Amino acid sequence: MTDISHASDVITAGADGLAEARAANARQIRNAKISAAVRYVILFGVGLLMLYPLIWLVGASFKTNAEIFANPGFIPQQPTTEGYVKGWETSTPYTFGRFFLNSFLIIIPKVIGTAISCTMVAYGFARFDFPLKKLLFGSVIAILLLPNVVTRIPQYLLFRDLGWLDSFLPLWVPSAFAGDAFFVFMLVQFLRAIPGDMEEAARVDGANSWQTLVFIVVPMLAPALISVCLFQFMWTMNDFLGPLIYISSVDKYPVSLALKLSIDTTEAFEWNRILAMSVLTITPALIVFFMAQKYFIEGLSAGGVKG
Amino acid sequence: MARLQLSKLEKVYGGGFKAVHGIDLDVQEGEFMVLVGPSGCAKSTTLRMIAGLEEVTSGEIRIGDRIVNALPPGKRRIAMVFQNYALYPHMKVRSNLAFGLRLAHVPKPEREAAVQEVARILEIEPLLDRLPKQLSGGQAQRVALGRALIKKPEVFLFDEPLSNLDAKLRASMRVRITDLHKRLKAEGRPSTVVYVTHDQTEAMTMGDRICVMKDGHIMQVATPKELYDRPANLFVAGFIGSPEMNVIDGEIEGTDFRLGGQVISLDEAVLNRMQSKPQEAALGIRPQHMKLSAGNGLTARLRSAEFMGHEVYLHAMLEGKEITTVAGAAEYDALDRSDERIRLTPDLGHAHIFDRQSGRNVSLPLAG
Repeated sequence: MTDISHASDVITAGADGLAEARAANARQIRNAKISAAVRYVILFGVGLLMLYPLIWLVGASFKTNAEIFANPGFIPQQPTTEGYVKGWETSTPYTFGRFFLNSFLIIIPKVIGTAISCTMVAYGFARFDFPLKKLLFGSVIAILLLPNVVTRIPQYLLFRDLGWLDSFLPLWVPSAFAGDAFFVFMLVQFLRAIPGDMEEAARVDGANSWQTLVFIVVPMLAPALISVCLFQFMWTMNDFLGPLIYISSVDKYPVSLALKLSIDTTEAFEWNRILAMSVLTITPALIVFFMAQKYFIEGLSAGGVKG
Repeated sequence: MARLQLSKLEKVYGGGFKAVHGIDLDVQEGEFMVLVGPSGCAKSTTLRMIAGLEEVTSGEIRIGDRIVNALPPGKRRIAMVFQNYALYPHMKVRSNLAFGLRLAHVPKPEREAAVQEVARILEIEPLLDRLPKQLSGGQAQRVALGRALIKKPEVFLFDEPLSNLDAKLRASMRVRITDLHKRLKAEGRPSTVVYVTHDQTEAMTMGDRICVMKDGHIMQVATPKELYDRPANLFVAGFIGSPEMNVIDGEIEGTDFRLGGQVISLDEAVLNRMQSKPQEAALGIRPQHMKLSAGNGLTARLRSAEFMGHEVYLHAMLEGKEITTVAGAAEYDALDRSDERIRLTPDLGHAHIFDRQSGRNVSLPLAG
């Protein structure tokens, strides 16, 4: 800022100093270019540093087992898809495709359930007055602050008594009943930033609460809902502890557990298989993230800034 | 198309704050009623209670022959236009207009015909396939108007619909709305309108009758002319009319009105109109009825002049109280301003006497 005001001072110094002003202006432009160049070099360097493990992961997944430890660079000297082929077959009777299917059998009901239930709960908290509202909302926030680990054992006992062990149900049913306080909170904050006039107009137009929610609120909530779905997708895809606790049969393993499986069962680790499958595992999350990046950031900032 | 009656309507908020103090209002079928008042006078709360968006604490709202207190907004046969348009941002203009009909399960061809008709009336046909964010303020407000019109409601409610528009657009929208009201009446489907505004120009130009409110009380309900000519109290006198009415405190002694060292002789016309003689009196007189005069009259010290084009507003101090008078531009040019003193003669035929304590106008009715 000071540079800019300095330049404008020089330029407005008067007609006499026009040549001087031009020189100063040229200097300013040159300085700006140099500083931009320095900035980009630093950004690129740090970016590369942070991305290096990922790049190495992709590179190493095409190497032979021997080369992984012999060659620190990320470009394979004798590229091979052996890791992918063997890794996909796994050491179990199932291919990795089965584990992907399992993952999606958890993710899809979980994401849909979360979107629907959290929207309803958030709408209730943001727009209606009801007895004990403050207490209930307080408990939502309390759950938000509670470490997940604390509830693991009581939850496990509950699901055991329901006979849900070794099924996908404990992994998605709680979320489908707005069990994720974070999403409820995020949507409430987002809703609070949306003026209520449109909903009032809808009520005057004859809509009841449900119609208002479906026709008016949900479309306006779309950016936040997309964020919710993305978060839930990524977190579920990456969740290791949940499946580890509740799922015991190999045929029900999601990819996060399946990766661990290939480490466990092989005495001499076939690293290139593990790396190859790791690459496949992060691919859906990456694709979804890049496709929805715009909404993702929009939802995050809208929830944070406006709320 | 229906009469709207409010009786003993009260609104008390959760914290115990009483916003509306048992008001009674009778809006005739096809009448254009304007609720006007300063911010915080509960005019919007009243409107929202009529709409059903705000719960009624006590009292009754009647639309036609139905008591609507317990009905949800959608069942009251009302339509409302909001200050910030409140168009549904994700729907095209066409769907915005048709939303209410869609909820009412009106078949699609009829819906489309209704949309076309409303679009024709409001000249928004080219906008039907746009989204609200692609509309200018005036266009958005016309769509909002259309959304109300399409429902053919019994009562139209307007909540400061023009206050987000610029001055020029506001003037043209004002005319458009009043024209529409007249047109509907001429077509044989008169619409009852309740229109909330804080702008007295809007109130004066649009309303068949105006209801002036203050702090949750109704101050006066009358036609614009009557409010202007016969304000019932000091509040209405000060609120209606621009520039504001001059209110000069003084005492009445016999036929004299004394203010500081100066005296105004009240003539028969005023004295006969007075129903009582207040202890502390205030003389109310509009700036245009304070004439500049040569030689005699009240003496005031000129402070500033505002040039308005064809006339000039003169602000002067009269016995320590600021007053305003209106002079023609030529008259102002001819004025001798060398000693900053001006002479004023009030036109007592248009003067009002107020009781300072109660604020009541004790000089009604005004002749002519």
